[in-house]
Amino acid sequence: MIDTLGLIFIIIGLVFDVFGCLGLVRLPDVYNRLQAATKCVTMGTCSILFGTFLIVGFTAAGMKALLCIVFLVLTTPVAAHAIARGAHRSGVKLWSGSVVDQYGEDREGEM
Amino acid sequence: MKRTRWVIGSIVLVGLVTGIIIYPLPFLFFQDLPYLSFVGRAIFILLLAAVLCLYRINRGPTAADRIVAVDILGILIIGFCAIMTISTGRSWYMDIGIAWALQSFIGTLALAKYLERKGLEE
Repeated sequence: MIDTLGLIFIIIGLVFDVFGCLGLVRLPDVYNRLQAATKCVTMGTCSILFGTFLIVGFTAAGMKALLCIVFLVLTTPVAAHAIARGAHRSGVKLWSGSVVDQYGEDREGEM
Repeated sequence: MKRTRWVIGSIVLVGLVTGIIIYPLPFLFFQDLPYLSFVGRAIFILLLAAVLCLYRINRGPTAADRIVAVDILGILIIGFCAIMTISTGRSWYMDIGIAWALQSFIGTLALAKYLERKGLEE
């Protein structure tokens, strides 16, 4: 029973991974690709690790999987925010259909 | 031409959903089947996602696209290590996963700071 629950978690994670990478290929802009791929793939990989913990149980590998979930949730948004800030400061243009750019307005106010 | 592209894309999406969700379902409800074959199939699905990331690394118009794709590739490899843990029963694959997460985070931060300062022309 608990093995079946773990396999269901792994299947959900695989679906999120594949559709996140599909968004990485198909979306038009750096920022769209960043928000699609980072959120989807983080959720998918955390789901795969939780399914691994459910299948393996309270062993060394299971506890390492839980530790890896905590580490991944803490570090991935920081990395994504740093990439977006660096891309905006290095002058990557937004997509032509974008509606609002509040960070650009703030930087114009600074200068 | 545009309608042809839509039809081909929807066929590919339906094929992906069928291959990922529908096809492994018998392995969940008949536990006498070994689920190691399901784990082997999961590795192929992760390799498909990694090939999509490699396409973006090859074609990316700017340097920021390539950095995003490398970051995503590093996160995918952690999931690969978890599935290898189930498949082989060795616990040191998760050590590789934790170390890879740390190195990927530091490398991405360094590349982002370099991009912010320099501009990284193509």
